[in-house]
Amino acid sequence: MSAVIGNELKDALLNDETKKVLIDPLVNNNPITLQVLGICSALAVTSKMSTSLIMALALTLVTAFSSAAISAVRNHTPSSIRIIVQMTIIASLVIVVDQILKAVAYDISKQLSVFVGLIITNCIVMGRAEGYAMKNPPLESFIDGIGNGAGYSLILITVAFFREIFGSGKLLGYEVLKLAKDGGWYDPNGLMLLPPSAFFIIGLIIWAVRQLKPEQREVVDYKIMAIAHGEDGAAHGNGGHH
Amino acid sequence: MLNVIKNNEHYVKFRTMLDNCKHYQKFLAYKEKVLGLGNDSLEKTIAIAVALCLVCSVLVSFGAVALKPLQVYNKNLDMKKNILEVAGLMEEGMDIDAAFAERIEPKVVNLETGEYDESVNADEYDQRKAAKDPKLSVAIPKDKDIAHIRAKAKLAKVFLVKEAGQIKSIILPVSGYGLWSTLYGFLSLDPDGQTVQSINFYDQAETPGLGGEVVNPKWRALWKGKKVYAETDQPSLDKGSIEEADIGEPALALIKGSVDTGKMGAEYQVDGLAGATLTSNGVTNLVRYWMSKEGFARYLSKVRVKRAKS
Repeated sequence: MSAVIGNELKDALLNDETKKVLIDPLVNNNPITLQVLGICSALAVTSKMSTSLIMALALTLVTAFSSAAISAVRNHTPSSIRIIVQMTIIASLVIVVDQILKAVAYDISKQLSVFVGLIITNCIVMGRAEGYAMKNPPLESFIDGIGNGAGYSLILITVAFFREIFGSGKLLGYEVLKLAKDGGWYDPNGLMLLPPSAFFIIGLIIWAVRQLKPEQREVVDYKIMAIAHGEDGAAHGNGGHH
Repeated sequence: MLNVIKNNEHYVKFRTMLDNCKHYQKFLAYKEKVLGLGNDSLEKTIAIAVALCLVCSVLVSFGAVALKPLQVYNKNLDMKKNILEVAGLMEEGMDIDAAFAERIEPKVVNLETGEYDESVNADEYDQRKAAKDPKLSVAIPKDKDIAHIRAKAKLAKVFLVKEAGQIKSIILPVSGYGLWSTLYGFLSLDPDGQTVQSINFYDQAETPGLGGEVVNPKWRALWKGKKVYAETDQPSLDKGSIEEADIGEPALALIKGSVDTGKMGAEYQVDGLAGATLTSNGVTNLVRYWMSKEGFARYLSKVRVKRAKS
């Protein structure tokens, strides 16, 4: 049984299509920087590396397993209750993850507080369920979930890296920059500990990615331009009454 | 691996039993029928919804029940950590269970009389559970219920830290309603039953970043050295001139903005939490409630008299 799954997985991973599914969400189709989904938790849990790592792991597991489960029942899911079916599966998995965290990583689960529960409403999980798992087989959906979870994790951990090192001079709780109050030289930036700083960092990351990959830039809906003189004059000519 | 399970005699037995069961056969037949129905038929929609809920609820309840013992252990450990921390004994990487057993002495206090109740096993007594048990608790009259907790346990569990036989700190459990949640925490006092050593909250669900700042070490450090009871000109308890006098009313409160340390009464004031007026009021009320005669005032006055006599 396990050998069969192993072979299938190997075949699937060697396949170019699945490679794309796995690697694409990292940069080319990143759920945070390109699709701008899942921002809420990216702002809330990134003041420290340790909480971000656990959150990233939790979200990746939930996305992968919920996508696989949703895909497994996709052919028998009545379309009228499809969103409810997806939500029920996602919510159950999130509760289980929350319970596991409370049992094995109590301190971190206390710091993550409501945000583990909020994975239920994370747009990335729902987005993958509705956008990919409903149309593809379970194994591919699982890999897609891992890929998108990894894309989310990459951004989360990058943001947390900057916030922790500049906000408290530490990485994963270990001192890197010695703080001025402990006799060192670094004066921490308090803004980095507040959620808005994640906005700035994510914004800068999006800017950098789109600078390197111009194809990710969105098409401008309309252009702002100065009113041409001719038009101005015409308006005066035929609109004397106002 | 699957073959091992398939050949296991219990599994074989279970399988034969299942195969012979009429209801299971009926269930299988029904399953076939439903899966064959069109996806949009009403019957299939309902059947799928019921089956999904069943599977998911089994998964969730299995997880919750199987992990419960570990969670309870973690919660207790966290409580011990908080008590050690509020007593100023917490060190990074210490063995919490051992340190707690060695340094902290739990005691059960009768709130009505202010005396220790030795008939109850202090190690096992759970005050939070008792507060919910009608037999072990008393309802608080509405006009006195400033902390909005509705009922309190008749017996409270306090923790003493002793050094060379002398009390070093008295740790009192406090609780009260903030904005969203009931805050549970500990207030640690000097042996004079008047000066605050520290406060912390181990269970709260206030707004993170605003009211949730009650757990911020910087804010909690402001409590050190504050006084709980207004000092009067009356003969002091500490001089032993009276047997058991009125300890007075608690005066400690959170104020809006920062405390002006030069002003009169600054020792009874702590900075309020910015952007969290209701949580700040809740903290003031819970301290006032638990330090009043409804709470630990009788107990603390006895501690002071005892201390003055010895």
